[in-house]
Amino acid sequence: MLSPRQGLLRPVGCGVEELRRRRREREAALRRARREQQLVSKRLLRDDTPEEAEGRCVAAVLGEAEIQQFLRLAQRGTEEKEREGALVSLRRGLGHPETQQTFIRLEGSMRTLVGLLTSNQALLQLEAARCLHELSHSEQAEVAEACLPATSYLLTYLAGHSSDLIELCLYTLGNLIVESEAGRRQLLPQGIVPALASCIQSPHLAVLEALGYALSQLLQAKEAPKKIIPSVLASPIPEHMLRLLQPGPKLNSGVAVEFAWCLHYIICSQVNNVLLITHGAVSTLGLLLMYLAGTVQSSEDAGLELLVCPVLRCLSNLLTEEAVEAGGGQVQLRDERVVVSVLILLQFLLQKHPSLLPEGLWLLNNLTANSPSICTSLLSLDLIKPLLQLLPVSNVVSVLVLTVLCNVAEKGPAYCQHLWPGPLLSSLLDTLAFSDTEVVGQSLELLQLLFLYRPEAAQAFLQQSGLQALKRHEEEAQLQDRVHALQQTALHR
Amino acid sequence: MQLPPAVHARLAAGPGAAEPLPVERDPAAGAAPFRFAARLVRFPREHEFFEEGDVQRHLYLQDVLTGVAGVPERPRVPEFTCQVAGCCQVFDTLEDYEHHYHTLHRNVCSFCKRAFPSGHLLDTHILEWHDSLFQVLSERQDMYQCLVEGCTEKFKTSKDRKDHLVRHHLYPGDFRFDKPKKSKGPATSMAAMEVPTEAMGDDGDTMEVCSEHVTPPPEPVGEKRTYRHRVPSTVCFGQGASRGFKSTKSRNKH
Repeated sequence: MLSPRQGLLRPVGCGVEELRRRRREREAALRRARREQQLVSKRLLRDDTPEEAEGRCVAAVLGEAEIQQFLRLAQRGTEEKEREGALVSLRRGLGHPETQQTFIRLEGSMRTLVGLLTSNQALLQLEAARCLHELSHSEQAEVAEACLPATSYLLTYLAGHSSDLIELCLYTLGNLIVESEAGRRQLLPQGIVPALASCIQSPHLAVLEALGYALSQLLQAKEAPKKIIPSVLASPIPEHMLRLLQPGPKLNSGVAVEFAWCLHYIICSQVNNVLLITHGAVSTLGLLLMYLAGTVQSSEDAGLELLVCPVLRCLSNLLTEEAVEAGGGQVQLRDERVVVSVLILLQFLLQKHPSLLPEGLWLLNNLTANSPSICTSLLSLDLIKPLLQLLPVSNVVSVLVLTVLCNVAEKGPAYCQHLWPGPLLSSLLDTLAFSDTEVVGQSLELLQLLFLYRPEAAQAFLQQSGLQALKRHEEEAQLQDRVHALQQTALHR
Repeated sequence: MQLPPAVHARLAAGPGAAEPLPVERDPAAGAAPFRFAARLVRFPREHEFFEEGDVQRHLYLQDVLTGVAGVPERPRVPEFTCQVAGCCQVFDTLEDYEHHYHTLHRNVCSFCKRAFPSGHLLDTHILEWHDSLFQVLSERQDMYQCLVEGCTEKFKTSKDRKDHLVRHHLYPGDFRFDKPKKSKGPATSMAAMEVPTEAMGDDGDTMEVCSEHVTPPPEPVGEKRTYRHRVPSTVCFGQGASRGFKSTKSRNKH
């Protein structure tokens, strides 16, 4: 059963409306960022008790003197508890941007912190790592960059055995990776890829999720296709990623989400997808897709779309590789359960995340475009009608649904025989009433195929006032020629 | 969107593909002014098609908060003491003990008691500091292995290796886990794990194995040891480690 590890960063004393408003703001900001191709998000790992969470909200900004005092106490205090407490206080203060600035400007502060990180005092080490992590999460670039001197140590600890420490180091690295190209330029020669390749063999789920996060940030970098993905592909990492995506009782959704996104960034960069196919990516993803479709019914599906989305994308893009045919991938994907899974997931997306429908329909297009078998499955399993129900959702969705239907119709009379009689014609008459040129254009294409392979449909079209529906678009530049052609065809049958 | 009821049953049933209906295309299909052709579609990284899903992914990243809402706190156990000789640290969660053990006891050199962050660094240390054969061989061939995992370069001297670490791997010049071996003696043998420079303060931290008492660090051991300090096979942290007694031939595997 999937249960993503997820909570809400909830500022104390915020009502639901306020939360919604903030979420909308964040969404708008992310959209803007993506359009400028500056999508950067960091992840903050907090190990708070509820008391700590409150403490954080009221923690004051720390001044220079206080920071120095805490650092001195951490280094030289006599009692371990006292030293640890000093670092905890420092960490809380570092939640404030002002404190962060003061800290990085204070001479020797980072050096001291790194010293504590590399000391042999276990609990101090962890607290120092938490302080670094807090800093790495800062939105101020200079604060995160001030952490760069610590990277060789963070990487060294990935080869250690303390899963708590490794997890922290990974999240910190992930944050630093996404923050700056300077950071990445340093981390690559420092051996981050081999370090991750060893670490990915860890049995600890928390470590794996953190690793997936760090790796996804690395793969998302704009220089990744040239500078990072080739070495990742050359390492054992891809095989392990696919292993961690295998469906079954051992599948952990938090881990799977991260690695599915990693796989997506690799695949859509088009560096060497053939390699992934030889490692069995198509098979694994196909099985995972079916597993997710099965889960939709049984669980509360919170967060399921986080995994569904990258899986849909990966399969869709992989299907465009010629190697899929050779590797027998096409055969696997012809399995009726795959197309059934896509439809089940489309239903799920319609209910919960309609903005992601295009992704599912994209996969359906790539499945049906060159496959008579899958088109036949759509017909024999009676899946055309549910698809038609998606037409009113949006223009983008409409065009995609019509494209899939064209994929089916273009295969000839045997296929069109199952498209009419049926609900298709009246749905097309509805879409002809849309104002969007692309939707109408795609409807016209489908009508042509239908009239060509199923002439009786043209008759029915006329009887249902089809000509009037066409007339509406006679003047539209993009549509005129096709409208006239259809008018001729319909009248001369 | 109503799916036919048979659909879910089909998913649960075994694999199987449909026998395709015969394909029969007319050249007039998709001919001008029409333009449809069934086509595989591929989207590259930055395509705006991905905007929606990417935004949702990033909202998730921003939202995730582990440890608090809904995730159970680490279970507490009755207090217990670290079993390593000379260590009297007490714990009430397994995770704290695990971290303590791995940091202070797991990769400890049995010759000089220094602790290392990883097995790899421990192995390198033992080879370079305590293996007399290494000294002999290093006079004739490059024996100092690069510390970065995945790099197979070897060097004639410790200094050459350090230069390589700095220039090629962009490591800091004062990387704390690469101290050159100094001449023997209790004072200087502390060098490897020292937290150095004025800004650091005392180095008593590095050799303490027990934080309850301030014991003086143990003297480097004079007599030879012929085994390495490793996790005893009976210790198990319950995750991925094997239990019970192992046969000796797998003991040295890290």
